[in-house]
Formats: sequence, structure tokens, C-alpha cells
Amino acid sequence: MIPAAFDYLAPTSVADALAALAEAGDDAKVLAGGQSLLPILRMRLSAPEKVIDLGRIEELRGIREDGDHIVVGATTTYTDALASDLLREHAAVLQDAIKEVADPQIRRRGTLGGALVHADPAGDVGAPALALDTEFVITGSAGERTVAAADFFQDLFETAVGEGELLTAIRIPKHTGWGAHYEKFVRVSHQWSIVAVAATIRVEGGSIAEARIGLTNMGSTPLRATAVESALVGVAATDEAVREACAAAAEGTNPPSDLNGSADYRRALAPILTRRAVLAAAGA
Amino acid sequence: MTRITVTVDGTSYSDEVEPRMLLVHYLREAVGKTGTVIGCDTSNCGACTVHLDGRSVKSCNVLAVQADGHEVTTIEGIAVNGELHPMQKAFHECHALQCGYCTPGMILQAIDVLNENPHPSEEEIRVGLEGNLCRCTGYHNIVKAVQQVAGQDSPVEQPEGATAGVQS
Ligand SMILES: Cc1cc2nc3c(=O)[nH]c(=O)nc-3n(C[C@H](O)[C@H](O)[C@H](O)COP(=O)(O)OP(=O)(O)OC[C@H]3O[C@@H](n4cnc5c(N)ncnc54)[C@H](O)[C@@H]3O)c2cc1C
Ligand code: FES
Ligand code: FES
Repeated sequence: MIPAAFDYLAPTSVADALAALAEAGDDAKVLAGGQSLLPILRMRLSAPEKVIDLGRIEELRGIREDGDHIVVGATTTYTDALASDLLREHAAVLQDAIKEVADPQIRRRGTLGGALVHADPAGDVGAPALALDTEFVITGSAGERTVAAADFFQDLFETAVGEGELLTAIRIPKHTGWGAHYEKFVRVSHQWSIVAVAATIRVEGGSIAEARIGLTNMGSTPLRATAVESALVGVAATDEAVREACAAAAEGTNPPSDLNGSADYRRALAPILTRRAVLAAAGA
Repeated sequence: MTRITVTVDGTSYSDEVEPRMLLVHYLREAVGKTGTVIGCDTSNCGACTVHLDGRSVKSCNVLAVQADGHEVTTIEGIAVNGELHPMQKAFHECHALQCGYCTPGMILQAIDVLNENPHPSEEEIRVGLEGNLCRCTGYHNIVKAVQQVAGQDSPVEQPEGATAGVQS
């Protein structure tokens, strides 16, 4: 299938990209890795007059340390994020989730910023970003603002990034030394998550000192399992104790029903996957 | 129309293209590299896999304009002077194809897997090929072919001048 015709712009700076966006108004689409946008254009679910490619903007790419945070440029690819020692050391659960995204070819092109702005509830990077209390740096003609993860994901395919704005970077608070695991439940390899759980855990003397749990595809946005996070504090990292603390993982969720499973099936999966994720993250 | 310059299998091409043209259509219709095939409309099957600057991508999910200034290697660029690339030879010897439709993409992805990890386990080979579907072989002989290449002393050594080289 072939997309509808469009004009193509490839700015080389954020300022030029914002100017192009402002001029084009709502007739423009931003292109990052294209791994979600190009299928959408090919199926003609969208037919923008202009496509503004961020791929030639060097300043949007790369991973660096900034005090207590790791800063990831919006167009950093999954592959580059997987190779990053900084992420491995300070935000391991994000890398664990990226390993489960699509396939090697798609991870070469797909970007973290593109995936986060696309905000597919079955996408794998939202839950770990939420679990890590990631801050989202959004830039528009009025300048830069920072949005907390809890306010970034607003609804199905909807985020805090407004018209004429770009997600330029994410800032991840360092979770150095935290155990991590992403438990993705699928029927076959190479599938979107039916349900998945991102867990990152700080263990002290054999028991859980802090826990952060993000849920994938248990609602229209990624969700935090806050009841489980509280229940896990002080709990021994054993199968029995963790099982009990994870029982409430589906509390407050509103999962979809589709060909892969009913909402009830997903509610039944969540505590089981959460227990597996927590135990693996705790190294138990 | 936008002018792009792309190196394909070692030769530089300069063409006016519509921005909406997919890289796979550019390769097949403008450059004539019909060895790269289209198997799906959803970027799932991997049949269209090529190397872009030495790393595998699905060419049905890249615009030709995005490849401007870059290098592409297709299945037609890995044999040198009529001598098959070791991965092509291994696919032949291990009977790793039946209808052959998935083969161009499968071979380029298999080369990429070994470029990343010259001695993968069977599991790592299967996971590395997860974005490439084969409807005929059941994958078993494909995995064997990759293992055969990986088992050689110098894994994917190839004739001089080949464009899809191992990054040592
Ligand atoms: C076959 C297949 C399987 C897949 N499987 C999975 C999977 O298992 N798990 C998973 O999580 N994902 C999966 N994906 C989706 C993949 O992760 C996409 O790469 C990702 O969702 C989009 O990132 P991108 O950089 O390619 O963005 P693009 O496709 O370029 O853009 C996506 C959207 O975000 C907007 N956008 C992009 N960047 C910015 C920015 N910086 N600022 C503002 N707006 C922006 C675009 O306008 C567009 O609307 C799969 C995709 C395919 C084709
Ligand atoms: S044709 Fe490109 S992935 Fe199927
Ligand atoms: S050999 Fe027929 S699809 Fe693989």
C-alpha cells in the first residue's frame, strides 16, 4: 500500500522543526522512526499534507547523564537505548522492556520518543517510563515545559504533547542498583503485549524496601499498580509473601476485551504476571 | 518531487522521487533490485529486509527520502563475482528454503544476527529472526544454516569487495 501524497521537510534543528510545524498547522505530521506512522499512512488512516522528519536533527538523539537523571533524546532508537551502559546501570527496567519490543529491524528505526507520543496502550515503553517516574520535556514555540509521567499519558493514543509541540527528551530519575524485570505475556513471539508488567525493586537485607510497578494494556493508558507498590514494602522477597502482596494488581484497572482475551482474563493475568515480575526483579 | 542520492549495493544512484515512495518500491522500481520482495502490508513479515548503513531494516517501513545520503545493501549485493555469500551457500546446502519468498529478507537478517553476535545460541538465532516469517520450512533448516555459518572458524568471512561485511 502507498501513502497519499505529501510534502516532505527534513529540518536539521528543533527550532526549524517547530517553525515548520507552526506554519503547517494541523495539516502536518511529525515523523520519527516511522514504525507506527508509516503503517498508518500506508493504510491511509491519516493523510497529512506535510510530513516533518525529525531524523536529521542531531540534537534530539543520544543518552547522557545529568546529575540525578539520565536524559534520553526523543529520537534515540530502541537499538541505541539497548546498547546504553547508562540505562543499564540506572534504568534497567526500561531496557528490559525494550528487549521485548517488536523485532530487531523495527528496533533499529523505532524511537523512544515516537513510541511514547504514539501512546499505544499495548506499547511496551510506557509502563517502565511510568514506573521510573520519568519526566517528559515538551518543546513548543513558547519554550520548554516538563510534564510528570502521571500527567503525560492522557488517553488512548493521547498525551500531553499538544499541537505545534514536540517531545524533545525524557528525564529518568536514576534507579541505581534497583532490580528490574519486564514480564510480557503473548501467545506467539513478535506480538503486542496482551498484558505486561514492568517491575523495579530495591531490596535491602532480603526484603523489599521500595517497589515501582507499571502495567501495560490494563487500561487506555499505562498504569501504576500503587496498591501493590505499598503492599510490597517490607515484604520478604519470597514467593509466598510476594504472591499475597501482588493479589491487588488489577485493582482500579479497566482493561480492554479483544480477540486475545477478555477484560476478566486480563484481570486474572495481572496479579500472576506482577508476582513473576517482582520475584525476577528481586532476584528471587 | 525530492532529489535523493542513495548508494545501493555499492553503486550510487541519484533520482527524483515522490516523498511518499517507500524504500522497497524505490529499490524495486527505480533501481531495478527486484530481489527485494514485498510480503505483507503491515511490516510484519520481514521479506523486504535490507541493510541500511549496515544494519537490517524493513524497507517497506522506510521512505526512500529517509535513505537519502545513506547506503543500502540488498540480497543482490552480497555475492561477489558470482561467488555466493557464505550465508547464501549455507541456505542452499541446508535446504533452508522451499518457495524462497522469505529468503532474501531471511538471509539479510541472518547476516545481521551474526554481525551482532558471531556465536549465537539456537535460542538467540530464533529470537534474532523473529521479525521474519517463513510459511514453508518450519524454520528448522533456516536455524541450521545460520548455525553452520556461525560454526566456521571465521564466522561470516566473505569475498573481498562484498558490501554486507562483518563489523569486526
Ligand atoms: C510489526 C510491528 C510490530 C510492533 N510491535 C511492537 C511491540 O511489540 N511493542 C511496542 O511497544 N511497539 C511495537 N511496535 C511499534 C513500534 O514500537 C514503533 O516504533 C513506535 O510505536 C513508534 O516510534 P517511531 O519512532 O517509529 O515513531 P513514528 O512512527 O515516527 O511516530 C509515531 C507517532 O508519534 C509522533 N511523534 C513521533 N516523534 C515525536 C516527537 N518527538 N514529538 C511529537 N510527536 C512525535 C508522530 O507524529 C506519530 O504520530 C511495532 C511496530 C510494528 C510495525
Ligand atoms: S513487506 Fe516489509 S515486512 Fe512484510
Ligand atoms: S521458503 Fe516459502 S516462505 Fe520461507
